[in-house]
Amino acid sequence: MSEGQIKKFMYVNRKAPHGTVYALESLEVVLIAAAFDQDVSLAFMDDGVYQLKKGFNTKGLEVKNFQPTYRALDDYDVNKLYVEKEALEARGLTEDDMVVPVEVLSRTEIGKLMETQDVVLSF
Amino acid sequence: MDIGILINEGPYTHQASDSAYLFARAAIEKGHKVSRVFFYHDGVNNSTRLTEPPQDDRNIVNRWAKLGQENNIDLVVCVAAALRRGIQDENLAPGFRISGLGQLIEAGIQAERMVTFGD
Amino acid sequence: MLHIVNKSPLDRCSLDTCIATAQPGGALLLIEDGVYAATRGNAAAGKLTQAMGHLKIFALKADLEARGMADRVLEGVNLVDYGGFVDLVTEHATCQSWL
Repeated sequence: MSEGQIKKFMYVNRKAPHGTVYALESLEVVLIAAAFDQDVSLAFMDDGVYQLKKGFNTKGLEVKNFQPTYRALDDYDVNKLYVEKEALEARGLTEDDMVVPVEVLSRTEIGKLMETQDVVLSF
Repeated sequence: MDIGILINEGPYTHQASDSAYLFARAAIEKGHKVSRVFFYHDGVNNSTRLTEPPQDDRNIVNRWAKLGQENNIDLVVCVAAALRRGIQDENLAPGFRISGLGQLIEAGIQAERMVTFGD
Repeated sequence: MLHIVNKSPLDRCSLDTCIATAQPGGALLLIEDGVYAATRGNAAAGKLTQAMGHLKIFALKADLEARGMADRVLEGVNLVDYGGFVDLVTEHATCQSWL
């Protein structure tokens, strides 16, 4: 592809935070990606929706609280955050529990968006 | 076709690196180009030359290094993930290089396909 | 697009979410522990058979053989080797690994 062309990147997050490092390290990818001026969107599905559950307090775990970083995404022009409706419902969560503004979409709707991407990366 | 690969898991514990290797080798045999393999998360552990499996087992690190050198594959190990896990230039196997996450994004931009292997 | 599932359907929900998300006309490739879903008698077999209505289903032969399951592959599942895996990736514009 030619220089300067913009590709559509979707990052799919399906894992809960803290139990494994994936949530934190994929957030690091998204921050770096923002510098490349690509079309970036994030999809949170299955246990990935727990990454956005507001109110992380990681003092007792003695690990860095990376949740404020989600709030910083908007500063990097990363503002397409899609959350799976069925995943929220299955976990007793609602849009109000999310730490940042998100768009709640059904699996089918997320599937349609996925089809329009150039690159889908999952962690 | 130019194919990029992302590996998120270390060797021997999870099948990801084996699957990725067999996939990459098949792609090359079919005449495709594997331009870059990016090692992230525990995947960085695929790059240490201190790896010493028993004689009768496959050497996952060496075979990546060999495939990379013979086919001009850029084997990139994420610096932040590597340093967290004790992988440095001093113990890096030949054929690998340590660099930033930007290399993963660049692979996504330049390659025609990106395939992820992980847990 | 191509969807890749590498988890046993009895261990994780990857297959369920993948099937519910994948759009008609796509392909689903089962690799690693994901291949158990493609075997007769597995609790997920019905789900997979139903998915054949909107997705083309493939399973990696080497993973089935390694697990002693190559002789009980569900009807309608297409077996591929690693070369076939490569073909699936190049034939579809994008792929998503349901890790």
